[in-house]
Amino acid sequence: MILEARDVRKSYGAFVALDGVTLAIGEDEFVSIIGPNGAGKSTLINVLTGALELSAGSVRFRDRDIAGIGPVALARLGMARSFQLVQIFPELTVLETLQAAVVSRLGLSAKLFSSLRSDPRVQADAMEVAALFGLADRARTPTRALPQGDKKLLDVASAFTLRPQIILLDEPTSGVSTADKHAVMEILVGAARQIGLRAIVQVEHDMDIVFGYSDRIIALHQGRVLADGAPAAIQADARVVETVIGRRAAPC
Amino acid sequence: MRAPFTVLAAVGAALLVLPQFAAPYYVTLMLPFMAYAVVLLGFNLLFGYTGLVSFGHALFIGVGAYTGAVLTTRFGVRHIEVILLAAGLAAAVVAAPVGALCVRYVKIYFGMLTLAFGMVFYTFLLKFYRLTGGDEGMRMLRPSLLGQEWAGFSKTAYLIGPYYYFSLAVLVLATGIMWRIVGSPFGLCLKTIRDNPVKAESLGLSVPRHRWYAFMVSAVYAGVGGALLATPTGNVDPTLAYWTQSGNVVFMVLLGGFSSFFGPILGAFAFIFLQDAVMSVFPYWRLVFGAVLAALVIAAPGGLMGLIGSIARRSPFEAARS
Repeated sequence: MILEARDVRKSYGAFVALDGVTLAIGEDEFVSIIGPNGAGKSTLINVLTGALELSAGSVRFRDRDIAGIGPVALARLGMARSFQLVQIFPELTVLETLQAAVVSRLGLSAKLFSSLRSDPRVQADAMEVAALFGLADRARTPTRALPQGDKKLLDVASAFTLRPQIILLDEPTSGVSTADKHAVMEILVGAARQIGLRAIVQVEHDMDIVFGYSDRIIALHQGRVLADGAPAAIQADARVVETVIGRRAAPC
Repeated sequence: MRAPFTVLAAVGAALLVLPQFAAPYYVTLMLPFMAYAVVLLGFNLLFGYTGLVSFGHALFIGVGAYTGAVLTTRFGVRHIEVILLAAGLAAAVVAAPVGALCVRYVKIYFGMLTLAFGMVFYTFLLKFYRLTGGDEGMRMLRPSLLGQEWAGFSKTAYLIGPYYYFSLAVLVLATGIMWRIVGSPFGLCLKTIRDNPVKAESLGLSVPRHRWYAFMVSAVYAGVGGALLATPTGNVDPTLAYWTQSGNVVFMVLLGGFSSFFGPILGAFAFIFLQDAVMSVFPYWRLVFGAVLAALVIAAPGGLMGLIGSIARRSPFEAARS
């Protein structure tokens, strides 16, 4: 198991966001976490990425307790994440954004007097990822000038540049037009294979994406795991269809 | 891309020959300009590149200037090279704990905290009379440059001759080093932190640690600049460390343009000469400067460099190229 949560409880005052969640992510898995609004998905992502302390239970990444360790330590251990609301560096170019991730990974961030321009590793590595994500021709574009879809891709691409073992994607296709969602996912999955990611966990609302790409689906409801299984099993689970997927039939 | 280098070369050449052509008075005005330019290069690493506005930078100017005065009057150290190194070191020693505390806060809280430390230091200078000379300050004796004492030179001849060129050399060196820093992996990381600290952390970059390093570098620059300023000032007193001085530093950077590498240097130049021009005709120079600052913030937030940039983009030369 790469990532494991056991009996995780997280409460905010009297409100219980997660009420005994147990799950495990193994090698070469693409796992989707689904659930209606308020099911605890965002809290779960924050718990799994060490952003929150737990009220009870444990979260382990490669047999290390990561509860509340924070984003910097998490990235060093080999876990990366992207955000639901796209996070970019508006004044930096695409290339600079990716270079920053390479600099972080290679431990060069405290090099005050070495030249960034003349470091071939940083340059090549950043360009490689840019190419994987189809952003190579926009390498010199300031990030703020990118279309929304490309901003989203860049957010994910910079996380991939850390060459993590596992990545947690918080709604990777939110804000992307329906027509482009599959293209984004194809790029993601292709890049994950190229970079050698061991596992992908995503929180996603779009059921086409969830069922099209997942090896396994975990359905969350009221802070508990409602179901955990292969897509076919999930689709056949009446409770999940009722509480989560059923909403798909309703016109939006 | 060639135009900026041409401008830079022209400015460099003008600075080299200036003492031969300009009246001594204007040459002596160049000395505080160059000293402040060094201070501002560091200040802008914190402001323009890291996104932190310090309202207490006069603290480090004061540390640098007093280091010079104490070394020359109390310890008989006259070598400017030793003085500048000691000033930078002293500023770093003070900045280490101050910065470690301040960088945990951002925006107005960071500004207020730096202001508070600046005021503490100002009060220390004012009240510890036996150590600092209180409000009378301390004399900064004429330092030797590259081992030369320039004993035969009058004060003005010394300032507009050897000291001018020495200051220019320090400014060029400080500019070169800062250019290197902003183009380094570290410089890139500072920009990520300025733009989006949450995203920077998710990429594994420690925000407080980098802010602290930037704070230290900027303090060293302010210390060196302060020591450089002490000689033309002659007498070092607590007003150098007063909060209005910190305000001037912020003003200069806004005047020149904080989003440009050379903006702060231009800002220091414009400030010094504008101040001199306004003071000679109108005693209430701060009134004029207040109006200038308001106009800048409203009409030209990019400062003088921003204005130059937009004029250059509109020029037929640029239009023909694109």
